[in-house]
Amino acid sequence: MASGMIGSAREVVLGRIRAAKGPAASAEVVQAGWDGVRRDYQRSARHSQAEVIELLIDRLHDYDAQVMEVARGEVASAVTKMMTARGVRRLVVPAGLSAELLVEGFEFVVDEGLSAAELNTVDGVVTECTVAIAETGTIVLQNVPGQGRRAVSLVPDYHLCIVNVANVVETVPEAMDKLAPTACFATTFISGPSATADIEMTRIKGVHGPRFLDVILVG
Amino acid sequence: MSGTALDPRTAPTFPMAALTAMGDTQLRKNVRHATDVIQAKRARVVNEMPDWQALRESGKQIRQHTMEHLDYYLEEFEKNCTAAGGVVHWARDAAEARQIIVTLVKGLGATEVIKIKSMTTEEIQLNTALEAAGVHAYETDLAELIIQLGHDQPSHIVVPALHKNRQQIREIFKREMNLPELGESPQDLADAARTFLREKFLRVKTGVSGANFLIAETGGVCVVESEGNGRMCLTLPETLITVAGIDKVVPRFADLEVLLQLLPRSATGERMNPYNSVWTGVDVNGDGPKAFHVILMDNARTEILGDLEGRQTLNCIRCGACQNACPVYRQTGGHAYGSVYAGPIGAILTPQLQQMHHSQSLPYASSLCGACYEVCPVKINIPEVLIHLRNKVVKQNGMLNPEALAMRMMGIIFKSEGKFRAAQRLGRMAEAPLVRKDGRGQGWIGWLPGLLGGWTQVRDLQSMPEETFRDWWEKRESSKKQGVPRG
Ligand code: SF4
Repeated sequence: MASGMIGSAREVVLGRIRAAKGPAASAEVVQAGWDGVRRDYQRSARHSQAEVIELLIDRLHDYDAQVMEVARGEVASAVTKMMTARGVRRLVVPAGLSAELLVEGFEFVVDEGLSAAELNTVDGVVTECTVAIAETGTIVLQNVPGQGRRAVSLVPDYHLCIVNVANVVETVPEAMDKLAPTACFATTFISGPSATADIEMTRIKGVHGPRFLDVILVG
Repeated sequence: MSGTALDPRTAPTFPMAALTAMGDTQLRKNVRHATDVIQAKRARVVNEMPDWQALRESGKQIRQHTMEHLDYYLEEFEKNCTAAGGVVHWARDAAEARQIIVTLVKGLGATEVIKIKSMTTEEIQLNTALEAAGVHAYETDLAELIIQLGHDQPSHIVVPALHKNRQQIREIFKREMNLPELGESPQDLADAARTFLREKFLRVKTGVSGANFLIAETGGVCVVESEGNGRMCLTLPETLITVAGIDKVVPRFADLEVLLQLLPRSATGERMNPYNSVWTGVDVNGDGPKAFHVILMDNARTEILGDLEGRQTLNCIRCGACQNACPVYRQTGGHAYGSVYAGPIGAILTPQLQQMHHSQSLPYASSLCGACYEVCPVKINIPEVLIHLRNKVVKQNGMLNPEALAMRMMGIIFKSEGKFRAAQRLGRMAEAPLVRKDGRGQGWIGWLPGLLGGWTQVRDLQSMPEETFRDWWEKRESSKKQGVPRG
């Protein structure tokens, strides 16, 4: 069988590891070792929700994202405003995106397994997100309704993300807690538009991912 | 692909290679500029974290714990990744890893692959092997593209083309992309790369990547990047092949809360890099490739694991901070190290990956100033490992040569903390007559007596810092206790 060669490499490598550091330990011993890791770093929020939102906005501005803060009833007009300002007309949206975001005057293409080439022809994409991290200005998308496949938020040049303030946390550990139940879903952490510092350490926006990122905070 | 790959087995010794590098003033200027910028950015985002030292300690302990149970976590990863539809392969060494990848690619009938920057694929010289099998590998990271099109070699873990400035990059792109009118602003150059690669992303059906972290608990893989080229390679192809050293595994998804804070701040001086991707096997809802292979490669890592003092080398998360901080690297750039792993981490990792048969001069490519240890996000005591490896080199080459005796003395000093500190202070005093200050008040040593003279024949050493980190930290701690505001 095909596994002959591969199986033997597996046994050899595992054997070398055990020869190097001692025999295999039981699950209980491993668990106890992991529990014993010191974790004195900040795991929870230090600031009020209002301050956390402010911090997120500040971080997003740092990445040159445009940010709007709106009340629940004003989302549609905010979406219209943002997209008009960016001059986009035809946008892809993941299945399950909240219907109120599909505003008049724009063409929306629902992603039902569009090819990369098709994604390459739209002006932008609108998504929601699972969680946003204020301290790092990060939005986290997963492959769930309203957020969609990873390619959808990657190929178009413009990304508008709608963030519910209830999903904003201050620290990275809080975000990981929120993501844990869906840790196996395809997940992307996005911190500002695509960028590089490969040329003389100058931050250049937009190499391959979307060059423009806007965020609407809905509270 | 490009010119001869960096190969520790055939590379000239560090002092010889450094001599050449030191003669290239443009290179030294570019390296100095880039490392200055990253260091300043890093300092800013590290200083804003009041819990930075606690994060470093947790990072170190997570990595240490992982190495103690490496077999357990690799088997757990294998089980979970397989259950999620991934195919896990094991490779004893570079040759086996290359062979697995080439066989997979040929089996798909592919003649092209798109690649996201990966130190591991550089380590095993994958592109050369693919090329020999008639498969062209497109590097898609901007820096790697510059290097590939310029027939050059990477010189830094995180910013592989930092030795090239914009004029040099423009020349390469003009020539290789056939763009005679190309401007030289970084934006023009990035736009050229975007256009050049977009067509490849949409067309090529096979992707090859490395991994930053393999998550045992979920069977997931995490890749950290900036440009989105990684996301393209991980998402658009039909088949994805990931090669990772066995040291890349982490126990749990939650451990990323530590490592994803330490890595970007240390690597590029960002609070978070633009993109982190996490995927688990093959997505049931059709997100990403239909086939996923991951190769778990040893390639002498188990040798390092078996050496109690060298083992901490495996904790490395490849952030490059030690390179930026190293006075030797800042003078020579990366190529002098004769390996894709340059700087302090290269000085300890490369000889161990060669099982001490090659690169024997690398453990001496350091002034033991300790700057690398201070910036390392997982607290790898690089000076300690360097001393240990120097001992190994002298043992291997005979005990009685004068270098061996000197190194044994150093060993004794470094074993005792009190003696080590005394020696550091003594070192600063003893070097005083040799130091001349440059225009910015930085001290330089142009000549060293006796055995160490081999060093300064080819370079000036930066003098030891006025105050060691330990001294500074303790002073700071005690002044805090006395209620003096933090400086
Ligand atoms: S040794 Fe430490 S500082 Fe150097 S690259 Fe590895 S993790 Fe970063």
